[in-house]
Amino acid sequence: MSPAPSTAVPADPAAVPPPSDPVVAMTGITIQFPGVKALDDVSLRLFPGEVHALMGENGAGKSTLIKALTGVYPYDAGTVTLGGAEQRFTTPADAQAAGISTVYQEVNLCPNLTVTENIVLGREPRRAGQIDKRASRRRARRVLSELHLDIDPRSVLGSHPIAVQQLVAIARAVDIDARVLVLDEPTSSLDAGEVAELFRVVRSLRDRGVAILFVSHFLEQVYEISDRMTVLRNGRLVGEYRTAELPRTSLVRAMIGRELATLEDLERAAPRPVEAGAVPRLAASGLGRKGAIEPADVEVHAGRVVGLAGLLGSGRTELTRLMFGADRATSGHVEVDGKPVRLRTPRTAIARGIAFLSEDRKGEGVVGDLTVRDNVLLALQARRGWLRPIPRRAGDEMVARYIKALDVRPADPGALLRNLSGGNQQKVLLARWLLTEPRLLLLDEPTRGIDIGAKAQIQELVAQLAGEGMSVVFVSAELEEVLRICDSVVVLRDHSKVADLDASDATLDGVVDLIARGNTRD
Amino acid sequence: MTVSDTRPPEEQVPAPPRPATSRPGWQGAVHRWLRSTSTGSSTFSVLVTAVLLVVLFGAGSIRYENFGYPQVALNLLVDNAYLIVLAVGMTFVILTGGIDLSSGAVVALGTVMAASLLQAGWPAPLVIAVVLATGALLGWLMGLAIHGLQLQPFIVTLAGMFLARGICFAISGPSIPIQDDLFTTVAINVVELPGGTFLSYGAVLALVVVAIAAFVLHRTRFGRTVYAIGGSESSAALMGLAVGRTKVGVYVISGFCSALGGLLFSVYILSGWSLHGIGLELDAIAAVVIGGTVLVGGRGLVVGSLLGVLVLGTIKALIDFDGGLNSWWTKITVGVLLLVFVVLQRVTGRNSGTAS
Repeated sequence: MSPAPSTAVPADPAAVPPPSDPVVAMTGITIQFPGVKALDDVSLRLFPGEVHALMGENGAGKSTLIKALTGVYPYDAGTVTLGGAEQRFTTPADAQAAGISTVYQEVNLCPNLTVTENIVLGREPRRAGQIDKRASRRRARRVLSELHLDIDPRSVLGSHPIAVQQLVAIARAVDIDARVLVLDEPTSSLDAGEVAELFRVVRSLRDRGVAILFVSHFLEQVYEISDRMTVLRNGRLVGEYRTAELPRTSLVRAMIGRELATLEDLERAAPRPVEAGAVPRLAASGLGRKGAIEPADVEVHAGRVVGLAGLLGSGRTELTRLMFGADRATSGHVEVDGKPVRLRTPRTAIARGIAFLSEDRKGEGVVGDLTVRDNVLLALQARRGWLRPIPRRAGDEMVARYIKALDVRPADPGALLRNLSGGNQQKVLLARWLLTEPRLLLLDEPTRGIDIGAKAQIQELVAQLAGEGMSVVFVSAELEEVLRICDSVVVLRDHSKVADLDASDATLDGVVDLIARGNTRD
Repeated sequence: MTVSDTRPPEEQVPAPPRPATSRPGWQGAVHRWLRSTSTGSSTFSVLVTAVLLVVLFGAGSIRYENFGYPQVALNLLVDNAYLIVLAVGMTFVILTGGIDLSSGAVVALGTVMAASLLQAGWPAPLVIAVVLATGALLGWLMGLAIHGLQLQPFIVTLAGMFLARGICFAISGPSIPIQDDLFTTVAINVVELPGGTFLSYGAVLALVVVAIAAFVLHRTRFGRTVYAIGGSESSAALMGLAVGRTKVGVYVISGFCSALGGLLFSVYILSGWSLHGIGLELDAIAAVVIGGTVLVGGRGLVVGSLLGVLVLGTIKALIDFDGGLNSWWTKITVGVLLLVFVVLQRVTGRNSGTAS
């Protein structure tokens, strides 16, 4: 086996000899979202009869690339060819008609109809102007038996578990003779047996010459099923590899490793030592939630930045949400400043001086139709109670101060938040929580999907806040970032904590190894 | 959303896929039967409505003499023919997850248009055609607004309701009697049935409408698309179904049915008046829901709506027979029944795994 390829350089596509002409070739795809390039010059080739894994962390651009392929998003530059001819799909129905079928994690079928109906819907056999139910059922049965699936075609789709529904969605794709099958995180909610069944069907389709694009964040599954893979990071292509030739540690490194652009090293004081006997600001012992995160111990001391590292789905977000009371823990207990606290709801946490910046910026933070000013003041006002409005002048001053401190652009308190770029929206949300003067700040992927400059500013700010005595929990998909700004790193894998390292002991290789290890013992 | 179940690798023995149902005994058998067809769970709701109808009717027969006569049962169809037609149109709309609040007002518009056009000397067949076309046109416009502009069906049809009611008043404030030959003939004559019983032409027409609707819903692509949209509109679109055309189509059907209901109502009452049919759309919605159709769409049968109307009619008849009860008791009973049925839907929906 060759040494791990350097992840900073995109692999030479010629290094992977094509088995035949690609059925799908996406070249130079670029999609510009306000303030950030979601995809920047990304290419992808799919060959008939292969399972191709599309890899990357949250925000790497996997879903965007799939949406560009299936006609959901228009792309600003680049070309898509299908069977050698250039195509530009404008609706999912177009893509489907051309032979590209997509099976989503949340199955896009009708749960209220039967399995048969879901397979033939829109293409039902008809006789004398009416739907021929018997012929429909025959056709569904034939497709299901081709895939060796034992599903009653007359049963209602919604009565089946998600796994079976996904198999029905694949059966529909087979019925419409798809040449390309996109599986978007199909295994996220399946158990081992269901995954095995799914893979059996995927392999049989591959052997029939269907090109399969497979998205998953479970490395083990990717190595089991895929022939080749394309890795994305931050909207850019890292490389195209043969699965058998890419060791897992190299893959993890490719996904979360070195930033392509260089960031200046942070001026960072050595990690503050924790004084013996100091009471941690937050001490969680055995904190866990059934099915989401195994019980874990976490301690956050005053003035320290604790990083949570792990792959998507490792439990890093889940653990953070437990510390804020956004989800209710099923085990363990939490002490804040030495006093036991039951974090049942975010209100409890907020009252104890904990603030939480969610990874779901759009869903859980941004109020796009309010101005920057109103968004910044929202949490503080909520804390004061609505009967005690913040005096206008005091509010203006606070907003102006934070706009300046965080370098929000445009520096206009009256701008609507939805017109700002992702990075600037993030700064506004950060300002919102900073105004409440939290003693513990939980940041879940604060730098995801924002441009490099804003990233660096947020990192600097975190370091500065910690210097002033605030405690920070910092979750990031980018390992380098975690290592750069954290005093200690908690490593998570498969929903459980596997290590708690001091920053001085943690190296990129060491942590990558810890994260990947679980995936190498099979 | 649930977080994936990641077992330690050593436990990853490939297990057979979970069977669809795993309940033992007779309950499992009933469950499997209920799930055995696409309409299984809907059939169950309709059966409940049918049982309720039989119980209500049986109770009436025991309590009041003369209630048990077959003609009393047939009169339920005769007296509620217009409501049955209305409920059929409403069923289409509700199956897609929409609502049509305009239908009562369109009934009034139908009566007023029919009465005033006949008064003006138009031939009856032309009047009928114009009224039906007007209803369909109104429905088409509302459907276009709902689908094309992505507006809420509630608001659009509320606007349609005010519009239709307003047009009624613009045409004529006071009630206009209908003396046209065709209308009066249809109103007076009946279809003789064995045993000295009879049905009105209106009732027969209503039953025909139900039959046609059932065919369209279950045997045409349009009908299956109606159910698919109710199940998941975004999925239906991703599956390449004609979502837009179908959504507009159900409002056209509902508008047409409302106008037809208006014609039946004018035959039944032989007058056109702007204040006819106030709140009728709510009766239709109640009938559809009591008939087992789920308000979020995707589940229900048009036969259920027929039974729903008959349940409402029976309650009204029971209270009429009693004579001592205030007619407001009808409303109270219907209110309670509605609540019970919605709760029932929630419970059975959960059992069959399709609850939203």
